[in-house]
Amino acid sequence: MLRFAFKRLVSLSLSLVVASVVIFLFVEVVPGDPAAYMLGMNATEETLAALRDQLGLSGTLVERYLSWVGGMLRGDFGTSYTYRTPVSEMIGERLWISLPLALYALTLSTLIAFPAGIWAASKRGSVADVSVMGLTQLGVAIPNFWFAMLMVLVFSINLRWFSAGGFAGWESGFLPAMKSLTLPAIALALPQASILARVMRSSLLDTLSEDFIRTARAKGLTKRQALWRHALRNALIPVLTIIGLQFSFLMAGAIIIENVFSLPGLGRMVFQAISARDLIVVESVVMLLVFAVIVVNFAVDIAYAAVDPRLRVRG
Amino acid sequence: MSFMKLGAASALAMMMATGGALAKSDIVVAMQLEPPHLDPTGAAAGAIDSVLYSNVFEGLTRFDADGSIIPGLARDWEISEDGRVYTFSLAEGVTFHDGTTMDAEDVKFSLDRARAEDSANAQKVLFEGIETVEVVDPLTVKVTLSEPDGSFLFNMAWGDAVIVAPESIDDIKQAPIGTGAFKFANWVQGDNITLERNPDYWGEAAKLDKVTFKFISDPTAAFSAVMAEDVDVFTAFPAPENLPQFEDDPRFEVIVGSTEGETILAMNNKVEPLDDVKVRKAISHAIDRQAIVDGAQFGLGTPIGTHFAPHHPDYVDLTGNSQHDPELAKELLAEAGYEDGFETTLKLPPPSYARRGGEILASQLRAVGIETEISNLEWAQWLEQVFNGKDFGLTIVSHTEPMDINIYARPDYYFQYDNPDFQALMDELSRTTDPEARSELLKQAQTIISEDYVNGYLFQLATPTVAKAGVRGLWKDAPTQAVDMTGVYWE
Amino acid sequence: MTETGFLGAALRSRSLVLGAVLTAVFVLAAVVSFAWVPHDITSMNVPDRMKGPGGAHLLGTDHFGRDILSMIMVGARTSIAVAVVAVGIGMGFGVPLGLAAAARKGSLLDEVIMRGNDLVFAFPSLLIAIMITAVFGASALNAIIAIGIFNIPVFARLTRGAALSLWTRDYVMAARVAGKGATRISFEHILPNVTNLLIVQGTIQFSLGILAEAALSYVGLGAQPPLPSWGRMLADSQTMISIAPHMAIFPGLAILLTVLGLNLMGDGLRDLFDPKIRRVGR
Repeated sequence: MLRFAFKRLVSLSLSLVVASVVIFLFVEVVPGDPAAYMLGMNATEETLAALRDQLGLSGTLVERYLSWVGGMLRGDFGTSYTYRTPVSEMIGERLWISLPLALYALTLSTLIAFPAGIWAASKRGSVADVSVMGLTQLGVAIPNFWFAMLMVLVFSINLRWFSAGGFAGWESGFLPAMKSLTLPAIALALPQASILARVMRSSLLDTLSEDFIRTARAKGLTKRQALWRHALRNALIPVLTIIGLQFSFLMAGAIIIENVFSLPGLGRMVFQAISARDLIVVESVVMLLVFAVIVVNFAVDIAYAAVDPRLRVRG
Repeated sequence: MSFMKLGAASALAMMMATGGALAKSDIVVAMQLEPPHLDPTGAAAGAIDSVLYSNVFEGLTRFDADGSIIPGLARDWEISEDGRVYTFSLAEGVTFHDGTTMDAEDVKFSLDRARAEDSANAQKVLFEGIETVEVVDPLTVKVTLSEPDGSFLFNMAWGDAVIVAPESIDDIKQAPIGTGAFKFANWVQGDNITLERNPDYWGEAAKLDKVTFKFISDPTAAFSAVMAEDVDVFTAFPAPENLPQFEDDPRFEVIVGSTEGETILAMNNKVEPLDDVKVRKAISHAIDRQAIVDGAQFGLGTPIGTHFAPHHPDYVDLTGNSQHDPELAKELLAEAGYEDGFETTLKLPPPSYARRGGEILASQLRAVGIETEISNLEWAQWLEQVFNGKDFGLTIVSHTEPMDINIYARPDYYFQYDNPDFQALMDELSRTTDPEARSELLKQAQTIISEDYVNGYLFQLATPTVAKAGVRGLWKDAPTQAVDMTGVYWE
Repeated sequence: MTETGFLGAALRSRSLVLGAVLTAVFVLAAVVSFAWVPHDITSMNVPDRMKGPGGAHLLGTDHFGRDILSMIMVGARTSIAVAVVAVGIGMGFGVPLGLAAAARKGSLLDEVIMRGNDLVFAFPSLLIAIMITAVFGASALNAIIAIGIFNIPVFARLTRGAALSLWTRDYVMAARVAGKGATRISFEHILPNVTNLLIVQGTIQFSLGILAEAALSYVGLGAQPPLPSWGRMLADSQTMISIAPHMAIFPGLAILLTVLGLNLMGDGLRDLFDPKIRRVGR
């Protein structure tokens, strides 16, 4: 077990190093000079050079890479070129929108998917099952930004129940803030809920066909009792794995929805930073997201291996 | 249905509530772009000026609502016989928001800082003519120019020339300290900036206690923010297609003003076949300006025939030089040896006038046989490829700097127009201080570039402001990128 | 399974038939658009703009007065082309990598390929696609590359997993004993047996590709004008949604129905190819 953990740890660190080099080089070749962007059309060459110096953009590639990585190891993500504030502070602020939004969407998706999946599985082959499955097909196929636009049309423009964008801010109170996250959360949750409901259903059906359920049924439990007492708990493992995956997706994958609703979240920050050539923000946020995913994957691998020794041989 | 009625009823109740109350003393002003930081002397971003110019920071001179130059911190000035020495008398009793006094030393500091070797001022050219800045006494500053410059007072009114203090310069990007009628209060990055009334203002005090600038970049969100009355004013409203709905709604008022933005189809005068004046003339005749104004701007904008603002007294209407005439365009192309047309690039920056206008323009050019390869660029790419790299055939951009016809005298400027006669004319203009002679020279200049078909002249950008009924004192036009709130009040 | 038996089973699967029909409609629209569209979409007709559906324009006109039905037909070309090539890139690189990894299970090569896969999976895909187009410029080609890259690990992992179980089969053992090399075995014995799996996954990735292309075009990073694309039609319609909702509804429906068709087809094919899953899943 230790050996396995050690091996995975080595490959984890390697992955992180490779990822940081890839991100750095990639961002380096992004055309467009941040200084030129900031100074606009009337800037002179010497002004540009002066600003580049101030931004720390001069120096060799290797020097800049090392100072970036070194800074991150010390928890210093650099200073945004455009805003002139520490990137870590900016990330911190944006997380207060992206994190609640992801949790909100995940909660909604679970609340929809669990009952729908369980209901469909328990009434397998019925009209209910077919309609739930049909709806999930629609949910997977609908482009979420289009769904978001339609919701804006109905709920913001016609009914005026919600504002079509922007974030009320936590200082305006919990409910107004959550209200401004509601339409985005629904738009994000719909496809996730559809996937989750399908996984829930098929996982339950798998479990229901297994021997221990048959035994339970043979002992006199009704189908319903067997489902609630035994099958559900066992069917949850794959479902929880999917929820975990969806969470990391929601953190980074909300860019487009954040754009539709102009929410100042993490994804939108990166998107704007790319167009403003605020490269240090792009590098640091992408690295942070990659780091999070790699570490979560590592933790999951270790956890599974701890539970099931067969998995220690990579399969 | 019942919900909808309920919504309408509560909206009505709210309207009555606000209508019956005493005049409000705070206002929420929305705009599309957020300033990257708060130093007007350290970046080109117009959003910085929008929030801070004349509200928080003031210069020696300033723009008035109609674009004329009026005294700012300098209440009066004397110009020497030879036009080289300006002696400014500063206003008395002016303090910065941190309590320190504003005097001649601060003016010298600001101007010297802007023109210094390591200055990061985006408009350094404005200060190029300055030879020395001398402090005569605490309220008098003497500025000596290397040669006479008819536009010096105009230059000093720019946001890039505001007066800052050495005591607060280090934190200016986050905590700007100026002399204006409002002081900076708070910045929630990504969302809003708040200004508060400066109780110790040296001039006429602001009428509002608090101004919140809110940043809403998405046009759809802009529409619903106004509809939901989340904001009181939206300046430079980004979606002209939605304006008719606001006009029909008694809750709102739409004010369409003019800007200094000449929107042009810039042509690279140094690449084949655009180096041939016949080809440029053909392109100019292929353009249907009204279709572009209608299609891209939903009718907002005045067609122009040269690089000059139509609301300026010296403007000459030269649209007749380039009437929409596809047949003539084809003939001209044939004369130039391109009877089968040619292919070129059309590089478009992000604003919708460029993106939408570009699509329409491409189809108009296709009608006379010119194929364009469109690429949509972000500003950073546009600056690198088009503006600095000069790697383009055609591009659409609005030149929002006021009185910038002199860019045609710079042969290395991105469209690379090189005409010694024009350059001589501009030299003469900057040496001339007599208003009538200047007016004559400006008219000549407009005619030269129009007849040389340097660029395709499309329209003067208009700026729509949507405001709640009852807001008074907003600027209609945008002579500079300022949202001057000092005279705004609720009726 | 005999030829007619297969076809018969295919026709009995409702989702397969519905999916195939939906997909065919859009493929057909794309093909027809090369020869004929109801209205020319290269010329603008501003006075005719934002007409509602009906009359001369079945689905109405857009903000430049162009016919939306024609735009959707030509847009189908873009969507389908981008998705097909992206899936092609994914298969072209992913399948050989997966086969190689399986053939040398546990070797350094296997480790490198699998770690590389994990690495690509760890990158937030949409963000990277946006960065790729920011670096190389927005175009349909770069959208294809960006989407294609993220298809590679999907196919590599799938192929490796399936191939690993095949390597333990008797007939593969026999081939090894007969002295055939790993490459030859991979292509002669393993690949043909993972084809069904690849077709099913290919269909799913195809539909994801269409969604991804729409998302990229929506943020302005896909196909460039004048080439119509569904995602950009949606982006253009956004500020006009309150005055001309049809501009937003029809292109969105086109995406929805195409993706739905492909997903149904994928599900149907999976059931058809793998009766075991069918028994459990459906």
